[in-house]
Amino acid sequence: MKKITILTLATICFGMMAFTSHSGGIFKTNTGNINFFSHTPVEDITADNHKVKTAFDATSGKMQFSALIKDFEFPKALMQEHFNENYMESTTFPKSTFSGVIENIAAIKTGENGIYKSKVSGKLTIKDVTKDISTEGTFTVKDGVVNAKTTFVIDPTDYNIEIPKSVAGKISKEIKITVDADYKHAH
Amino acid sequence: MLRSTLILFSIFAVYAANSQTLDLLDDDESSPTTEYTFATFKTNRVVNGHSIETVAKNEFDFKISHRFGFLSGGPYDLFGLDQATMRIGGDYGITDNLNVGLGRSNVDKTYDGFIKYKFLKQSTGEKNMPVTATWISHVGMATIKWTQPNRENYISSRMHYTHQLLVARKFTEGLSIQLSPTLVHKNLVDSLSRPNDILAIGAGLRQKLSHRTSINLEYYYVLPNQLETDKTNSLSIGFDIETGGHVFQLFFTNGQAAFEKGFITDTKAKWLDGDVRFGFNIARVFNF
Repeated sequence: MKKITILTLATICFGMMAFTSHSGGIFKTNTGNINFFSHTPVEDITADNHKVKTAFDATSGKMQFSALIKDFEFPKALMQEHFNENYMESTTFPKSTFSGVIENIAAIKTGENGIYKSKVSGKLTIKDVTKDISTEGTFTVKDGVVNAKTTFVIDPTDYNIEIPKSVAGKISKEIKITVDADYKHAH
Repeated sequence: MLRSTLILFSIFAVYAANSQTLDLLDDDESSPTTEYTFATFKTNRVVNGHSIETVAKNEFDFKISHRFGFLSGGPYDLFGLDQATMRIGGDYGITDNLNVGLGRSNVDKTYDGFIKYKFLKQSTGEKNMPVTATWISHVGMATIKWTQPNRENYISSRMHYTHQLLVARKFTEGLSIQLSPTLVHKNLVDSLSRPNDILAIGAGLRQKLSHRTSINLEYYYVLPNQLETDKTNSLSIGFDIETGGHVFQLFFTNGQAAFEKGFITDTKAKWLDGDVRFGFNIARVFNF
């Protein structure tokens, strides 16, 4: 009897796991884009990461991102080295992540072509500092591919990124982050 | 009953672990990647000699190097600042790993050129490589007037060559160590009893003090019985400051010339006599 109970419970548990990871559909990509842009009168600094891993669950609305700091590409090699070595300390903090929810997931029909406004909020982690962020964006569904786009602004000093006084005029306190990812249904 | 509770608990634990923050992503660390080490040194010189670092493709690293007179000159010479030797030159990246450079020093009015290739990169992960290694070959030409103009002098007598294998490892974020086996070939030597080929081994060390500053040590040991007795080994201690586009290297050294043959085989000044010079290198990187 005991064995049967355990077996039943185990079946239910595994059933739940199967349910959460497959139903409603997980949309994924390993080639999402994140760009950041810092504008000051002295210098514009921009970099792109084209290898961002991201996924969302079309049922629960859960949305996640993981980006390797070393994958940010700069037009100047020296800037990239300084970004990794001096500002982001990417050997110590290799990854930046986001975990949150799409608040109006029910309104986004991943099966129908269309453009949907949305709001995503959650926790952004950079250099082991986690902050709540919230941003408005657009989901565009076209022939099974779901594109998500958003732009938001962060202050580097919120994330323990030290900017010495000597270069303070070259690095903005408002860094514009642009996210652009094409998701496909994953099985 | 206890056992079934435990089993039940472990099942839930597995379930809970599965629904952690990044459960949707295939974000496991086990995926095979190679992490290449970067910034073993702040710039492509340790102090006088080259480091394993190369400038990136299409970048030009303009360098101005000054070595003043001896600190032992005292206040009369403002501790050496009244005299200066200098080299002006630059390193250019044909690719990220292949560099060429040119320079001109007022020591013997020497022109120098080099070709430098980084053929191993320190890495961890799928590809594991303990060190970074760079080969560099220099050629130098002294254009100063002949000291004995009446004898038959050849253009080839003005030439000297230096070949170096630079091997470095970044041990921690702050500490990097380099070894540099070196061969200097002089076409013309001071006397018949002196060899044309001189073997030396250089050692360099970089310890970061902050993100943008470091202490550098550099010593070139010339193997015995090769140099004239009045010559000595070059020892330098330096301080690097990186400000973004510039790297300033401030140092004390007993070497005078800012090219390899010069400071490795022609150094006469001794630290113990106070015959030490203050010097600096300014490096500015331009992008094309």
